[in-house]
Amino acid sequence: MKKVLEGSMAISDSIRMTEPKVISAYPITPQTHIVEHLSQMVADGDLKAEYVMVESEHSAASVVLGASACGVRTYTATAAQGLLYMEEVIYNIAGMRLPVVLTVANRAVSAPISIWNDMQDSMALRDSGAIQLVAENNQEAYDMHIQAYKIAENPEVMLPVMVCVDGFVLTHTFEVVETIDHIEKVREYLPPLNMKYTLDINNPFSFGTVGEPSVYLETRFRLSNAINNSKSIIVDAANDYKEMFGKYEGALIDTYKMDDADTVIVAMGSVLGTIKDVVDELREAGKKIGVLKIRAFRPFPADEIVNALKNIKNAIVIEKAVSLGKGGILSCEIRDALYQRRINSVNVNGYVMGLGGRDITPKNIYDLIIKAEKEEDVDGEFFGLNNELLNKVF
Amino acid sequence: MLLRLRTIILKERKLDFKLGIIARPGSALSNKTGSFRSEIPVFKHEKCTGCDLCIYYCPEGVVFGDKKTKTYNFDDDYCKGCGICAEECPVDDIEMFLVEK
Amino acid sequence: MLTNILTKEDTHKQLFTMGHTGCSGCAQSMAVKLIMQVLGKNTIATSATGCLEVFSTKFPESSWNIPWIHSLFENSAAIASGIEAALQITGKKDGTTVLSQAGDGGTADIGLQALSGMFERGHDVLYICYDNGAYMNTGYQRSGLTPYDSFTTTSPSGKISFGNNRPKKYMPEIAMAHKIPYTAVASAGYPIDLQKKVKKTLSIKGPKYLQVDVPCVPGWKYEPRYSVKIAQLAVQSGLYPLFEAEYGKITSVKKISKRVPVEEYLKLQGRFKHLFKNEAGKAEIEKIQKIADENIEQYGLL
Repeated sequence: MKKVLEGSMAISDSIRMTEPKVISAYPITPQTHIVEHLSQMVADGDLKAEYVMVESEHSAASVVLGASACGVRTYTATAAQGLLYMEEVIYNIAGMRLPVVLTVANRAVSAPISIWNDMQDSMALRDSGAIQLVAENNQEAYDMHIQAYKIAENPEVMLPVMVCVDGFVLTHTFEVVETIDHIEKVREYLPPLNMKYTLDINNPFSFGTVGEPSVYLETRFRLSNAINNSKSIIVDAANDYKEMFGKYEGALIDTYKMDDADTVIVAMGSVLGTIKDVVDELREAGKKIGVLKIRAFRPFPADEIVNALKNIKNAIVIEKAVSLGKGGILSCEIRDALYQRRINSVNVNGYVMGLGGRDITPKNIYDLIIKAEKEEDVDGEFFGLNNELLNKVF
Repeated sequence: MLLRLRTIILKERKLDFKLGIIARPGSALSNKTGSFRSEIPVFKHEKCTGCDLCIYYCPEGVVFGDKKTKTYNFDDDYCKGCGICAEECPVDDIEMFLVEK
Repeated sequence: MLTNILTKEDTHKQLFTMGHTGCSGCAQSMAVKLIMQVLGKNTIATSATGCLEVFSTKFPESSWNIPWIHSLFENSAAIASGIEAALQITGKKDGTTVLSQAGDGGTADIGLQALSGMFERGHDVLYICYDNGAYMNTGYQRSGLTPYDSFTTTSPSGKISFGNNRPKKYMPEIAMAHKIPYTAVASAGYPIDLQKKVKKTLSIKGPKYLQVDVPCVPGWKYEPRYSVKIAQLAVQSGLYPLFEAEYGKITSVKKISKRVPVEEYLKLQGRFKHLFKNEAGKAEIEKIQKIADENIEQYGLL
C-alpha cells in the first residue's frame, strides 16, 4: 500500500514487519522518532516485543547483544555520539557473530555539537566487522531493514548490520513509501531466526571466551572472511526481495545513467537524490554524466565499483565525512581498488561536503562538476566553504 | 610442549569456531591444574568429625568424601595445594607436605 | 545445602568445574563454586571482564557447565537484562535464573551505570559482585572498593602516603537505595551463610544484589592457606559487615561471634604491612579501627 510516511515511520513500520523480540534503545536526535513509533507499537500491542528502556547506548547495544545470544531477533537504533558510545559493544557483537540489526540515523559528531546530518558517525565504525548499508530514500530505508535481517541472519554471515539513514533528511522527511500489506509475505522472505549456538540451559555453551595469541588471529580471519563473503548474500537478499516484493534499489552498488558516461558522481545516502536531479538536467543538455551509488559500504564492493568505473574518465566522489589527518575516505578506498587492479585511467577526485547538515544544493553540485573535471587526484578537499566566515573575527 | 598439547586437544574435539570463540561446557577439565602445586594435603583420617568444611572451603572443588564414614579425599590431578583444607580443618586432621619435583 | 560430593566423579560434575587457571587459594573460585551449587543448572550467567572470566574460560576450555557469556567489562548487568528480556518474551523465564557477575571494579566503578539501570528497570536478575577490593586481573590497581590505607599498585604506600586515602565505597547501600527486593552481603569465609543467601534469592522476583568478600592471594599478599581465615577476620573485626536488606531496609545482620581488633586482620596481609612500620602507622590503624567501630555501631553487629 502506498502511504505518505516520515522516514522514521517507514523504518519503524518495516521493523514491525520483521517482528523483533527484543528492542532496546536510548534516545538521541535524530533517531528518536523511530524508537518512539516502536514504543507506541509495543504499547498498543501491535508489536509483541520487549522494549527495554535503557540508561545509555552502551547498555542498549549490550541488551540486544544478550538477547541476541539467546537466539531471538533484536533491534536497536542510534546516532552520532550514541553510536560512538556503542562502538565498543558493536565490535563485540561482530566478534561474537550475533545478527543484530541497528539503524544509524546519521548525524555529525561533536565538537562542536551538531544534531544535523553527515556520515562521520557510521564511518567511525567502518572497521568494526558490522555490515554497513546506506539508504537513499525512505522507500529504500523501508526495504533495506527487512533485507538487513535476511543478511545478518544468514548462517554464513551472522554479523550485525547497520542500516545508515541520513538524519533529518530522511528520518524527519515525509515521502511516498510503498509498504508491504501482508506480514506473512515478510515471514516467507525472512524465516524465523535459527541460530546454531545460543544461551540455552539444555545445551550450555560458553560465549565470549578468552582468545589467547594462539587463537585470536584465526578468529579475526574467520570474521574477516564472513564479512567479505557476505557480498553475495547481500546481492541475493536484494534479488530475492525484488522477486517477492517487486522493489529493487541496487544491491552492493547501483548505477544511474552510466552507460556512455565520461564523468560519474559517486556518493552514498540521501544526497544521491539531488545528484540525480542535476545529472538529469545535464544529460538533457547533452553531457555524458552518470551516478554511481554505493549501497553497501562494508563489505566494500571493490570489484563492482571497479567494473562500473573502469571506462570512465572522471569519478567525482562526494563525501559527507572526513578522515582527519588523511582526507577522503570513500575516494581513498575507490582509488585503492583501482590501483590494486592496475587501472590508472580513472581520475578520482574526492570532496568533503555537507558536514554537520550543510545543504548540498544543485548549484553546489554544478559548481563541483565544473571544478572537478579540471582537477586531478583530489583527496578529500573541503568544498562549499564560506570563505567570508573563515576570515571573520567574532 | 604445552602448546602442542593444546593443539592436539583442539584437533581432537573438532571445535567449530567458525562462529566466534565458543567453548564447550566443562571443557576446562582437560586442564590438569595439579601441576600448580608445591604442597600436597594428606587426609589422615584420625580425628575427622565429618564436618564437610574441607569440601566447602576447597577453592577448586576437588575434595570429596562421606560425612557418615568420615572419609575424605581429594583429586590430585587438580589440587593446587593451597592448604586451605589443612588450615581450616577444626581437628587438624589434614596436613600439608612439600612436593618434590 | 551442599550437594553430596561423595566420590571423585561427583567433583567432576560440578556446574563450575575444576581445571580453571585461578590462583592457588583463590577465594573467588571458592565462592563461585558454592554459589553454583545452590543456583543449579537452570541458570544463565554473564561475567564481566575480570579474573573470573579470564581464569574460567581460556579458549577452548571453559569451567562452566551452564550457559555463560562474557561481553565487556562494564556491561554485565545490561547483558543480563537482555537475556532476561529474551527469556520473558519467549516464555522461558519461569524456572530459569539469570545470574550477572562482576568484580568490584566492574560493579562499583565502570559497571555502576549499567547496574543501576538494571535495578531501576526491575529485571529479574541476580547480580553478584565478587569484591576483592582492587583491579586484581590487571595487577592490583585501586578501585572504588579498595579499603582505606590499602596498598595497591596505583595507590602505593610511600614516604608521604599510607596507600589508598579514601574509604571503601558503600556499594550495598547504593544497591539498597534503588529499593530493590533483596540486597545481601556475604563472605567466602562463611560458606553456609553465603549459600543461604543465594538460596533466598531463588524465591525472590526482581533485581537482587549480592556482594561477596573474596580475599585475593596475590593482591592482598598473604599465604594461600589464609584465604578463609582472612575473610572471617574481616567479618569478626567489623570491617566487612554481613547483612541482608529488603526494599532498602536491613532485615538481618550476621552478629560478630568473637570480636577481634582490626590489627589481627591487617597484620596477615602484605597490602597493609606499611602500617606496622612506625608510630604514624599505628595512628592509621586506629583510624581503621574507628571504621570498624562505626560499622559495628551502624549495623548493630554485636
